[in-house]
Amino acid sequence: MADDRDLLPSEQPVQLLDETGSPVAGAALPFPDSERLLAAYTSLVIGRRVNDQASALVRQGRLAVYPSSHGQEACQTGAAMALAEGDWLFPTYRDTAAVVARGVDPVEVLTLLKGDWHAGYDPYAHRVAPQATPLATQLLHAVGVAHAARLRGEDTVVMALCGDGATSEGDFHEALNFAAVFKAPVVFFVQNNEYAISVPLARQTAAPSLAHKGVGYGMKGERVDGNDTPAVLAVLDRAMAAARAGEGPQLVEAHTYRMQPHTNADDASRYRSQEEVDPWEARDPLLRMETYLKRKRVLTKARIAQITEKAEAVAAAMREGIAKDTDPEPAELFAHVYSTPTPQLDEQAAFLADELSREGTN
Amino acid sequence: MATDSTKLSMAQALNQALRDAMTEDETVYVFGEDVGPLGGVFRITDGLTAEFGEDRCFDTPLAESGIVGMAVGMAMNGMRPVVEMQFDAFAYPAFEQIASHVAKTRNRTRGRVALPMVIRVPYAGGIGGVEHHCDSSEAYYAHTPGLTVVTPSTPADAYFLLREAIRSDDPVVFMEPKKLYWGKDEVDTSAPEPPIGRAVVRRPGTDATLIAYGPSVSTALEAAEIAQQEGRSLQVVDVRSLVPFDDATVCEAVRSTGRAVVVAEASGYASVASEIVARVTERCFHSLAAPVRRVTGFDIPFPPPKLERFQLPSVDRILDAVDDLQWEDQ
Ligand SMILES: Cc1ncc(C[n+]2csc(CCOP(=O)(O)OP(=O)(O)O)c2C)c(N)n1
Ligand SMILES: [Mg+2]
Repeated sequence: MADDRDLLPSEQPVQLLDETGSPVAGAALPFPDSERLLAAYTSLVIGRRVNDQASALVRQGRLAVYPSSHGQEACQTGAAMALAEGDWLFPTYRDTAAVVARGVDPVEVLTLLKGDWHAGYDPYAHRVAPQATPLATQLLHAVGVAHAARLRGEDTVVMALCGDGATSEGDFHEALNFAAVFKAPVVFFVQNNEYAISVPLARQTAAPSLAHKGVGYGMKGERVDGNDTPAVLAVLDRAMAAARAGEGPQLVEAHTYRMQPHTNADDASRYRSQEEVDPWEARDPLLRMETYLKRKRVLTKARIAQITEKAEAVAAAMREGIAKDTDPEPAELFAHVYSTPTPQLDEQAAFLADELSREGTN
Repeated sequence: MATDSTKLSMAQALNQALRDAMTEDETVYVFGEDVGPLGGVFRITDGLTAEFGEDRCFDTPLAESGIVGMAVGMAMNGMRPVVEMQFDAFAYPAFEQIASHVAKTRNRTRGRVALPMVIRVPYAGGIGGVEHHCDSSEAYYAHTPGLTVVTPSTPADAYFLLREAIRSDDPVVFMEPKKLYWGKDEVDTSAPEPPIGRAVVRRPGTDATLIAYGPSVSTALEAAEIAQQEGRSLQVVDVRSLVPFDDATVCEAVRSTGRAVVVAEASGYASVASEIVARVTERCFHSLAAPVRRVTGFDIPFPPPKLERFQLPSVDRILDAVDDLQWEDQ
């Protein structure tokens, strides 16, 4: 039995880079090396570009809606970079940038929001589950995937993402409890961006922090400055290593902020002031990394140009891919409900086909 | 399992099906509440932990959404989980997982992620159970596209339906009529016929057709026996596969007699029984000599044990419904 104090998170969120981009003295964890940080920076820039491009596509009427992780890119990048090839990622609707960072084509990811189908990418290709909308439900699937892998003796670890609001759902509790009881190798990574649509964190929990919830399950909880990319990487690396080593599931809470409305359809001015948002601009994860890497001379002007070009190419491919008219086939509505359509679905498919053929001849 | 015919209770047949499936396929995992050393409150998983080990048949924390949600993940990752909901009404916490994920995952992933899993649900009344232990919850599942929903009425069907459910690449909600758990009958496991999607005529008859499933089949058969003595020949069809529904067999049966009564224990409003009446009427209208009748539970929460018998379809109510099938017009 672990000493319960070992399960509690640090008093303050782990930080490696302060808000001015300077390394924190006496930090709890070692700094990731420069090569990894440069890769992380590239991913941050691409993540930001993906977020902003997707939001623009909504304004142009190409996407129905987009829940942006603008401002949370350090978490998005960290979640993907902490994974080994055989690991799994369980993302939510907010985590498009993480899914892209894992290697999935953004156009495929946006299939849902484009309205062509529900989940657009092959979950097995990159070991990324479909983005989950029903809050916290995916956390249990993550436990099941991890448990199955463990039963087969594989060293797979599953990274399961959710927001602060989702921690109030019953499935959050059940998932953490199941994972702990079965010692399933899962890292539960909560992006606490202070809001669940309009509802602030104080209305979700009276706990000292979300990471404190771990102790109730016999699980190590840790908290990290979610806008501090090196710290997110270091904390997630450590959690993944512990889960992989058979120490059981881990809970990590990242303190971050949702810079934009919940989605473009939301009006954040109804529930928070600009004065509240402004200070977070200075804590921007990209800015902080850029300052640090420039000072270290890892990031040169030429490098920045290269990375910007890369991000622009991703955005251009998104625009092009989303602009393509891909009329989904009505017949497909019946194709995947069961492994073999039931006789009733065959009848209904024939009905629709007939209706369509008559439409064509009118 | 010997290949010859043995007398088994439905509970034993289900246990045998799990045992045989676990022997044949090492990706089959059984879990739920009290299914381990205890063998389940109805003993359906009796001896499985001892025989296959704690990894293959295990107890979980007490949380139905957790059980089903974890099964989803295991099914995504190469396993064939078979989970037990302890009682019908205690499966409700899992409904979000069932409706939003179990039923939809194949479709939302365009067929890329199949969920080969079975959710076993002991259901319905007739055992004098107190509240929350006797619900007929089949309509919730049958109404949810993407689920296969089956319910046996005999030990042999219990065996074969469960074997086929476990082999299926689609998620199956397996509804077990509690009151039939202990009745014994011949089970010949060497003579398989895939029963999912196929109704079966349990008793031939020429005057009217009783359409029933699960716990109501035995009541319908009893009614047919008494009607026979009174000179009326009733055919009995056991639907057994609620989804997919076997329109062909049911309609052929109804056309052969021209009269039908649907018998089901669940409350009648917006029920599987209502769906069957609609389907039969739409398809067999010109063969029908009378409107199709229903004998179902009242539209009330399941009653306390001392009042239970008023809710269950009885032989008398079935025979009265048959009497109402406008024989005077013949
Ligand atoms: C079970 C469920 N209830 C309600 C919703 C509607 N909803 C979508 S996102 C959201 C807020 C979630 O907040 P949080 O978990 O903090 O994540 P964030 O959106 O901030 O990333 C709500 C209420 C839902 N998707 N699922
Ligand atoms: Mg939030």
